[in-house]
Amino acid sequence: MSRLRIRYAKRGRVRFLSHRDVARCLERAVRRAGLPVAYSQGFSPRARLHFGLALSNGFEGDAEYFDVDLVDGRAHVAVDELAGVLSDVLPEGIDVAAVVPIEAGTPSLQEAVVSCTWRFTVADASSEALAEAAAQLTARESIPLTLVRKGKQVSEDLRPLLGAVVAEPGERGAELTVDLGTKPRSVRPVEFLSALDAPELVGDVADVRVLRTHQWINVDGRRCEPISLGAPSTHVEERAS
Amino acid sequence: MSWLFTYPDTYEIGLPNQGLQILAEIVREHPHAVSERAYAPWIDLEAELRAHGLPLFSVEGHRPAGAFDLIGFNLSAELTYTNLVNLIDLAGIPVRAAERAPHHPLVCVGGHCTYNPEPVADFVDLVVLGDGEEVVTEITDVVLDWKAAGRRDRREVLEALARVPGVYVPAAYEVTYDGPRVRAIEPRWPGVPEQVEKRTITDLGEWPYPRSQLVPLTEVVHDRLNVEVFRGCTRGCRFCQAGMITRPVRERPAEQVRTMVAEGLRRTGYDEVALTSLSTADFSNISELVGGMAGSQPASDGSGDLCGPVSVSLPSLRVDAFGVGIAAELQKGRRSGLTFAPEAGTWRMRQVINKLIRDEDLYGAVDSAYSQGWRRVKLYFLTGLPTETDEDTLGIAELAANCIEVGRQHLRSPGVTVSVGGFVPKPFTPFQWFGQNTVVELGRKIGLLRDAFRGVKGAQMKWHDPTATQVEGLLSRGDRRLGPVIESVWRRGGTFQEWSEHFDLELWTDAMAEHGLSMDDYVHRHRTEDEVLPWSHLSAGLHHDFLWQDWQDALAEVGLPDCRWTPCYDCGACTGYGVEHVVASATPPAGGSQGTGQGLTWTPPDRTGAAATAVPVSIGAAARRPT
Ligand code: SF4
Repeated sequence: MSRLRIRYAKRGRVRFLSHRDVARCLERAVRRAGLPVAYSQGFSPRARLHFGLALSNGFEGDAEYFDVDLVDGRAHVAVDELAGVLSDVLPEGIDVAAVVPIEAGTPSLQEAVVSCTWRFTVADASSEALAEAAAQLTARESIPLTLVRKGKQVSEDLRPLLGAVVAEPGERGAELTVDLGTKPRSVRPVEFLSALDAPELVGDVADVRVLRTHQWINVDGRRCEPISLGAPSTHVEERAS
Repeated sequence: MSWLFTYPDTYEIGLPNQGLQILAEIVREHPHAVSERAYAPWIDLEAELRAHGLPLFSVEGHRPAGAFDLIGFNLSAELTYTNLVNLIDLAGIPVRAAERAPHHPLVCVGGHCTYNPEPVADFVDLVVLGDGEEVVTEITDVVLDWKAAGRRDRREVLEALARVPGVYVPAAYEVTYDGPRVRAIEPRWPGVPEQVEKRTITDLGEWPYPRSQLVPLTEVVHDRLNVEVFRGCTRGCRFCQAGMITRPVRERPAEQVRTMVAEGLRRTGYDEVALTSLSTADFSNISELVGGMAGSQPASDGSGDLCGPVSVSLPSLRVDAFGVGIAAELQKGRRSGLTFAPEAGTWRMRQVINKLIRDEDLYGAVDSAYSQGWRRVKLYFLTGLPTETDEDTLGIAELAANCIEVGRQHLRSPGVTVSVGGFVPKPFTPFQWFGQNTVVELGRKIGLLRDAFRGVKGAQMKWHDPTATQVEGLLSRGDRRLGPVIESVWRRGGTFQEWSEHFDLELWTDAMAEHGLSMDDYVHRHRTEDEVLPWSHLSAGLHHDFLWQDWQDALAEVGLPDCRWTPCYDCGACTGYGVEHVVASATPPAGGSQGTGQGLTWTPPDRTGAAATAVPVSIGAAARRPT
C-alpha cells in the first residue's frame, strides 16, 4: 500500500459545503479519477481517505489537505498528472494544487499540523484601526476565553496560541492575517474575532470573508507546509505505485 | 425556448427525482431548448427571498423562474399541492391560470398525482398523463412555434397543446356538479378530445436516461446511482395506483442495465447503485442480471476504474426466500435491516387487496433474512382497507410476533419494526369507489395495534398520522371545487404539508367549511358505479368495466394472477394502445411473480387446471373472461 498527500483549494460558492460534504465529494472524485483506493477491512469497508483539519462551513481555504491510501500495482495515472485529473472531476471551486507520494510512517495531518494562518477580509474597516485593535490584543499577557465543554463552563488562555497578527489594506477591504495554533486544540477563527472585541470594526462575523492561507508543520525544527507550492519538491517522473 | 423543471419540495427531497432529471436531459438535447431546475426553498429562505423582493430562481443559472417559457412541476404527493401554488406565486406568476398573460410562463404538471389533477386544475395550464419522454419534446415544439408566431394569445397555444396526445388542458373542459357529485365533464373548446389518454413509451431500451445522473454536493435522500430496470407492474395489487397506471411492464434489456450501472458508477463516483422499479425481483431472469454485479468491481478494462466495493440495492423486495437470496447476494457488507411489504395481516385481507402472499412466504423470507445476518426486519402494512375487520387489523400484530419467533431460532433478540399507514383510495384503481376510513376509525385501529404490540419484545410500531391521511384522501379523489380550498390553506401559510411539523389539519377543515364543502362527502363516501368520477375524462387505458369487476372480485375475496406470465385479462392498458409487455428474458424469475397465483415450481407454458389449482389462489376473474 502507498499513500498520496493531496493539497487543494476550496474557494467561491463551494465554501458553503460542510467538511463532511467536501469529504464525500473528494471520495467520489478519487473514484471518478480511477485511483485504486484501498478500503478498510470489515463488514462495511470504507475508502481509506484521511482528512486534515476541518474547515468550517462558510470559510475558504487555499491550503487544504487529505491523504489517500492506494492499492499497490494498480495505478495508471502518473502522480504529476493527478492534480489535473482530480480537478477535472471535482466541482467548480475545489481545485487540486499538488499531489505527492508520502512515506509510510509520515505523521497524519491531524497530528502534524501545529498552526494555521488565517486571513480575515473585513469590507468596511480601516486597516489602521484593525492594526490598532490587534496590537492591543497581542500586547496582553493572557487572553481568557470562556468555553462550554460537556455542559460546564471552562476558561482557557488564548494567548499562547496566538501568533503574529498583521493588518493591511487589501482589494476588498482591510485584511487581517493571523497565525493561530492548533495544539492542544485548534483556536477557531470566530474565537479570535470575539477576542479582538472590536464590534465597531468587525460587525457581523457572517460578513467577514475568512480564508485559511496556510497550514504549518514542524520538520526538524523548521516551520514548513505539508506540501509547499513554491519549489517543485517531488520527482515528477515518479508514478504512484 | 426554456423549461424550468421544479420539484415542489426541498432540494434534499426533490433532487433524486429521476423523472425530472430525465426530462431535463431530454430537453437539453433539443437543438432549440434549454432546461434548468428549481426546488422549494425552505421556510427561512423563502422569508428572506420575499423580504428582499427576490423570486424563485433556478439552481443552475440563478435565473428568475418567471423568465422561463414553461415551468414543469412533478406532482408525486398530494400534500405538496399548496407548495405548488406557493412556488407559482414566488415565481411572480398569478396563481390562477385564468389570470395569466401571454408573457407569463406556462405551468405544466406531471407525475402520478396528475391522474386526478382536478384539485389543482385552477392553478395549472397543462397536465401531462403518463410517460414524459416523448411528449416533452412535442410540447417544446408547440411552444417554439407559438413563440415564433409572436407569442400573442395564451388560448391559442393551449388549444394547440390540447391536441397533443397525453396533454390535458383543464381550461378546455367544463365541469358541472350535482350535490357532492360531478354531473358532467364536457369539452368547452372545439377540437379537444372527450377523453385524454395517457402516454406510454413502448420500449424502455430506447430511453437510457438519465445518461448523466446528477451528483449533489450536499446530502439528499436516496443519495446513490439509480438505474431504472423496468417500468410498470402487473401484479395487480388493488390498492396500488402506481401498478395500475404504469402498465404494461417494460423491462430494460439486461445488457443495457449492466452498461448503465458500470458507466454510471464510473461517471458519478458513487459506490452504491439501486436497481429501481416497482418490484425489481420480478425482473425476468433477475438472478442472471445481478449475478456478479455486487462485490468488488474489478478494473474491467485495465483502466483501474470502479475500484472498491459497490453495493447494489433493490428498493422493493419480494416477500419470499428467493427475494432475500438476491438481497443476500447483493449486500455483502453490513446487513442492518431488510424491508418487506405484506400490506395486510391476514390471508383473507390479502386476497381482497390481491397481494397474494401466504403467511409461510413471509416467514420463509424472514427466516432467510435472520439466518443470513440481518438483525432487523421492517414490515409495511396498510390499515383501513375495504372489508377490514378487527381480526384483520390484529393479524398485523400476530404476523409480527410470529416473525420475531422465527427470528429467535437465529438470534437472541431479533427486531421487527412495523410501519402502519392509513389506506387512501386512489383514482384508476379498483378501490377508487371505496369510502376511506375516518380519522376516528383509523385512530381506533392504530390503538388496537398499539395495545396488541405492548409486551411483544423486539417489536416496534410506527404509524402515519391519520389526520394527514384524511387530507391525502381529500386531494386524491377531489374535484375542482377544492381549488379554492387549497388556495385558502396556502394563503394562511399552509406550505410543506408533507412535513409533520408543518401539517395542520385545522387549516384544511377550516378551509372546507369556509367554502361550504364536506370532508365526509369527499373522503368517506362510497362512490357508486354510475357516478361520474372527477377524472372520468382522463384515461390510464384501464377499462371502467375491468376496474369495477376487479372491485367486485375484491369484495368477493377473489385473486387475480399476474398477466406477465399468465393470459391477458384485457384490462385495457395494452389492448387499448396496441402495446405489450416487454421482458428482457423469456425466463421468468424463480416462481414467476411470487404471490400472484404461481407456486415456485410454476413453469411458463403450463397454465391449465392442475397448475392453476395447485396454489392457494382462486383465479376467478380470469376464468370468467375470455382469454
Ligand atoms: S392489457 Fe392484458 S396483458 Fe396488458 S396489462 Fe392489461 S391484462 Fe395485462
